[in-house]
Amino acid sequence: MSDRAREHDADAIRVRGLTKHFGNLVAVDHVDLDVPARRVYGFLGPNGSGKSTTIRMLCGLLTPSEGEIDVLGLSIPAQADALRSRVGYMTQKFSLFEDLTVRENLEFLAAVQGVAKARTRSRVDELIGQYRFGDRQAQLAGTMSGGQKQRLALAGAVIHEPELLFLDEPTSAVDPESRRDFWEKLFELADLGTTLLVSTHLMDEAERCHRLAILDRGVLVADGTPSELTERLAGRTFVVESGEPRRAQRALADVDGVLGVAQVGNRLRVLTGEDVGATGQRMRDALSGAGQQADVVPATPNLEDVFVAVTRADRQRPERAA
Amino acid sequence: MSARRLWAIVLKELRQMRRDRITLAMIVGIPVMQLVLFGYAINFTLRNLDAGIADQANTAGSRAAVMDMLATGVVSAVATANTPDELMSMIRAGRINIGIAIPPDFERRRIDGRESIQVLVDGSDTAVQGAAAQLAQTPLDPLIVEARAPRSSTPPETPIGVVAFYNPERRSAVNIVPGLIGVILTMTMVLFTGVAIVRERERGNMELLIATPLTRSELMIGKVLPFVAIGFVQTTVILALGVWLFEVPVRGSVFDVYLASGLLILANLTLGLMISTKAQSQFQAMQMTFFVFLPSILLSGFMFPFAGMPRVVQWIAEMLPLTHFLRLIRGVMLRGASLGELWVDIAALVAFTTVMMSAAILRFHKRLD
Repeated sequence: MSDRAREHDADAIRVRGLTKHFGNLVAVDHVDLDVPARRVYGFLGPNGSGKSTTIRMLCGLLTPSEGEIDVLGLSIPAQADALRSRVGYMTQKFSLFEDLTVRENLEFLAAVQGVAKARTRSRVDELIGQYRFGDRQAQLAGTMSGGQKQRLALAGAVIHEPELLFLDEPTSAVDPESRRDFWEKLFELADLGTTLLVSTHLMDEAERCHRLAILDRGVLVADGTPSELTERLAGRTFVVESGEPRRAQRALADVDGVLGVAQVGNRLRVLTGEDVGATGQRMRDALSGAGQQADVVPATPNLEDVFVAVTRADRQRPERAA
Repeated sequence: MSARRLWAIVLKELRQMRRDRITLAMIVGIPVMQLVLFGYAINFTLRNLDAGIADQANTAGSRAAVMDMLATGVVSAVATANTPDELMSMIRAGRINIGIAIPPDFERRRIDGRESIQVLVDGSDTAVQGAAAQLAQTPLDPLIVEARAPRSSTPPETPIGVVAFYNPERRSAVNIVPGLIGVILTMTMVLFTGVAIVRERERGNMELLIATPLTRSELMIGKVLPFVAIGFVQTTVILALGVWLFEVPVRGSVFDVYLASGLLILANLTLGLMISTKAQSQFQAMQMTFFVFLPSILLSGFMFPFAGMPRVVQWIAEMLPLTHFLRLIRGVMLRGASLGELWVDIAALVAFTTVMMSAAILRFHKRLD
């Protein structure tokens, strides 16, 4: 048992070859994953990349077509029932009861999650205090703002103090201030020893995670800490300043070795392939060929560049067979 | 099965129901509306039919006979005529439904024991015809008694009351109200639970619920229990109104009435749950509810006599909980039977409930795929 406990300390989730088919569609394609305990682990990917499907399989809500899942030492989906009381799950869509009040929702979840009866009252009071619902506990959940709902959903997901928390795009319908606030709560939970798996399609959220996996069309295309991921791109990002950014963008888009050109205000952010030197020369040629007076300056890579790099690289490979 | 989790579901359902004004209104509104509709509008035994009277004898005896007929309440006089021919043209014109013709030799015929009064009927409405047939029976009996034993020492004549001469089973409300308990419970119970699970799926609550340690049985039973209470509230409303408005008798024990209703409630709730595991949307659940509701109303014996149906239709009817409930409730309320004598229908309802509940629990998976 102590061996196992130590193993958990290292990895809360271990996944090998996880695959899910929906008919002919391969939603998740042979994903390997190691999520360390007590960390905020991010799942970055566009809509439809398989983030939700993966999380649902990890909770035991969907049956994998192939692959092995070990969550907190339990084999999923076989031992999913034993897992349920040890994990919290915050769904993408608000899934608490809109026609119950804040307090009623929390009381209900406390009862079904098996919080001890004697402890329920103090635990609900505690959460109402921590998540700042003091003056709203009698308000119906359905009448609250997006940020408040999401705070309530988080309070509900952690009511039984789970070891592991799954959050499926928790901040997609929330204003920036609520998002900052929400992420502080997530780090507090991680400090208290909870492992968090958060899916997102927002780069600034991904940057906050301790570790990150990038999913693209069901395939895990990169993982590591945000700095590891950006360092791999060192030297491959440039900023192009031009008076006519849109014309410059058209000129650069077809240059061999350029993976992506994105306009940011009056500047263009360019990501190149591995062969940086030759591509840089071709870029300058293309710009002068188009009559553009433009400077090409090296820039520090960010996660968006990483994202473009790994997803474009995949697209240049031959299509995977389903 | 954890009592605490089960209670959490029950409490949640009750709290949600309390805030759902439409459902609350339906709980009491549907029984009241249906009872009044069926009790008053759908009246198989007619009263206050428009009658025309042609009293050609115009003796004390004939006037008394007419008064007796009017006293039954089946007809009320709206016109008088001189000859039966005039009555017939009034019927043709639709001015009256029934004509009462008394021939000039009324007294003589009465003494001879021959037919002394003729009731002319608009036969195009079978219900009216039936009522008239009854009417024709009514006044003759005392007249004959009176004629054959004039100045006798028999007990003083009691006024001819409708109840005394009408088979209680002929009064529609008496027959309909017990059945109506079943019809209303079938409609509301199936509908309420039919949408219960689908609604949580549509609103996204289901993903939350199945990710918790709640078991399938806790969820299913917890959803059904609050509606059992509601079913009993409805039963009480219909019974009370039936007794108060329509003087429906409860000849058996009231406990048996509730027991039979409880069995029907459970059978319908489990059927609703089954629908709920199958339907993709609340709208579909409602469609499926009516798919069950129509045969229940038509085949159970509520509207048409069970005995007159073709064999195959009877088999289908035997599958419907309402059929068995009707036999139970009519037996208990109208014939004063005890449930022990009706054990076959009790067994049928229990079997239906067991099968449906097991099927619903087995069909429901704590999975999204």
